[in-house]
Amino acid sequence: MEMAQNIILTIMTAATPLLIAAIGELVVERSGVLNLGVEGMMVIGAVCGFAAAAVTGSPWIGVLAAIVAGALFSLPFGFLTLSLATNQVATGLSLTLLGVGLSGLIGEAFVGSAGLRLQSIAIPGLVDIPLVGRLLFGQDPIFYMSIALTAGVVWFLFRTRAGLTLRAIGDSHGSAHALGISVIKARYLAVMFGGACAGLAGGHLSLVYTPQWVENMTAGRGWIALALVVFASWRPWRVMAGAYLFGAVTIGQLHTQALGFGIPSQLLSSLPYLATVVVLVLISRNRRLTMMNTPASLGRPFVPDR
Amino acid sequence: MKSIIFGFATALALTTAGSAFAADKYKACFVYVGSKTDGGWTQAHEAGRMQVDAELGDKVETKFVENTPEGPDAERAIERLAREGCGIIFTTSFGFMDPTLAVAAKFPDVKFEHATGFKTAANLTTYNSRFYEGRYIIGQIAGKQSKKGVAGYIASFPIPEVVMGINAFLLGARSVNPDFKLKVVWVNTWFDAGKEADAAKALIDQGVDIITQHTDSTGPMQVAEERGIQAFGQAFDQIKAGPKAQLSAITDTWGPYYVKRIKAAMDGTWKGGESSWDGLKDGILTMAPYTNMPDDVKAMAMDTEAKIKSGELHPFTGPVKKQDGTEWLAAGAKSDDGTLLGMNFYVEGVDDKLPQ
Repeated sequence: MEMAQNIILTIMTAATPLLIAAIGELVVERSGVLNLGVEGMMVIGAVCGFAAAAVTGSPWIGVLAAIVAGALFSLPFGFLTLSLATNQVATGLSLTLLGVGLSGLIGEAFVGSAGLRLQSIAIPGLVDIPLVGRLLFGQDPIFYMSIALTAGVVWFLFRTRAGLTLRAIGDSHGSAHALGISVIKARYLAVMFGGACAGLAGGHLSLVYTPQWVENMTAGRGWIALALVVFASWRPWRVMAGAYLFGAVTIGQLHTQALGFGIPSQLLSSLPYLATVVVLVLISRNRRLTMMNTPASLGRPFVPDR
Repeated sequence: MKSIIFGFATALALTTAGSAFAADKYKACFVYVGSKTDGGWTQAHEAGRMQVDAELGDKVETKFVENTPEGPDAERAIERLAREGCGIIFTTSFGFMDPTLAVAAKFPDVKFEHATGFKTAANLTTYNSRFYEGRYIIGQIAGKQSKKGVAGYIASFPIPEVVMGINAFLLGARSVNPDFKLKVVWVNTWFDAGKEADAAKALIDQGVDIITQHTDSTGPMQVAEERGIQAFGQAFDQIKAGPKAQLSAITDTWGPYYVKRIKAAMDGTWKGGESSWDGLKDGILTMAPYTNMPDDVKAMAMDTEAKIKSGELHPFTGPVKKQDGTEWLAAGAKSDDGTLLGMNFYVEGVDDKLPQ
């Protein structure tokens, strides 16, 4: 039982950064903006979170710094794509390249220094529930945030007026503009929210997952988060399912190897990607529903006509 | 907007700064697969380059390109260095083998050195370090320190270099505990701290109490420290990541080799087509301090190190059987270097099927 619990804990730790970054990107894309800079914002969050924690000695300040850094780093993207209406794909890609390079520069002084871990918080009483207590109520704070974030985004998008407005902008920015909604302002907020989430996801990597700073430590997780959003057809709970499925298959394949069944490791290593794509495509196979969830203005620059 | 333009200008200046060579100095160039601060493989090469700067700085100018992907992209990076007037180019990853060979054919006047490969040319030599000597020693330590008699090995890619390391580790462990077992997990990456840490957790959950790795990040060392088990550092002394966990580390020390070869290239004694394979005795490989172990284990490790240095002990000495039970080395026989460099089989006792 102890072993099963440990395995599930490992899966949750692996899935949390993917979930947070993907939820942020989901909000951005729901507003009609495609930001391919997730990997860059994430790695900036990781380095700033680590640096702030190392300098101040407080991992909580590190978490805060990661969030703020991610949000700020999304602003150049917002300015270029929203105010100057540049191509979102190209701008997002350059944001990733810039983030990876810049983070290396910022982090040079912190390579090899001992990291600070954000301690887990056990919720009194609940943590002692047999079997699931330790898994659900004895976790690191960013795990709780990821769950709250997912639920909060579901509530916001589908239960509030502001969420309805955001989705309307994503579906038809022209109509939203005609109704007097400030499309650019709303998209700026969405982009910054996405940046903050990516930053927090990066902070999870450098403060919880492996408390250290090394260049490129996100190792492609931002791209996986991006893919999760699309394959989950822009539905938050499906993003969560996708992130956990990806985490589970990743950890599962490592265990399969350690058990020594003799299945080719290259095949096992590709399984998380295969399994996640297959499952999410299967649950999204209703074409009409998928079309309904796809933000129709996604990736199209908006230039208000006067 | 201004700040953005400034940012791009700075970035551009940074990428082109290195190409302004002083005219009178000899140029030695390095191609890295990772970042120069990766805390492992590439940082060890970077330390070697810095030693060249320190010792030959008045006569030699060095330059490096980091984060170069293996494969066709590498060819462009190497070719650019050759065009820019580098006299000697060190390419420091196994995956640069064919790109280096291709560029070497185009630039017969430039000298090339490729790390850990097996293809040479008239102006291309290979150099390598006998990492397996260090792995044999840490295997012995693992054999003594493991209470359960099972170690976990986090491996990158199934290339001969890695397979040789796994075999050397197990032979070392079995020399002190004949029933020792080894679980291997392939992560199919050289560098992904999170994934390496996950692999370490998976191995520990399955009952190993010693972790060793042939990947480049300190992720596994951190996990070992947290879970209260012991581990070995890779390429670089990782004691900071695991002050209580690290038993020792196989530390790459490329500096003396680089200094020697650049000197040879400058005075005309450099010859192509050679393969250099130095080990502990040449100082290309050093063991980090033996820590967190009882004195008798430490004494044993130091004794083994001395015996390997003096040539008294060769880690691959028979009798050794292959994994399928057939004989590989008869009693007293030593493996030749060719077999080691092309190693594509496990020795008896590895609990894994070698990916082909």
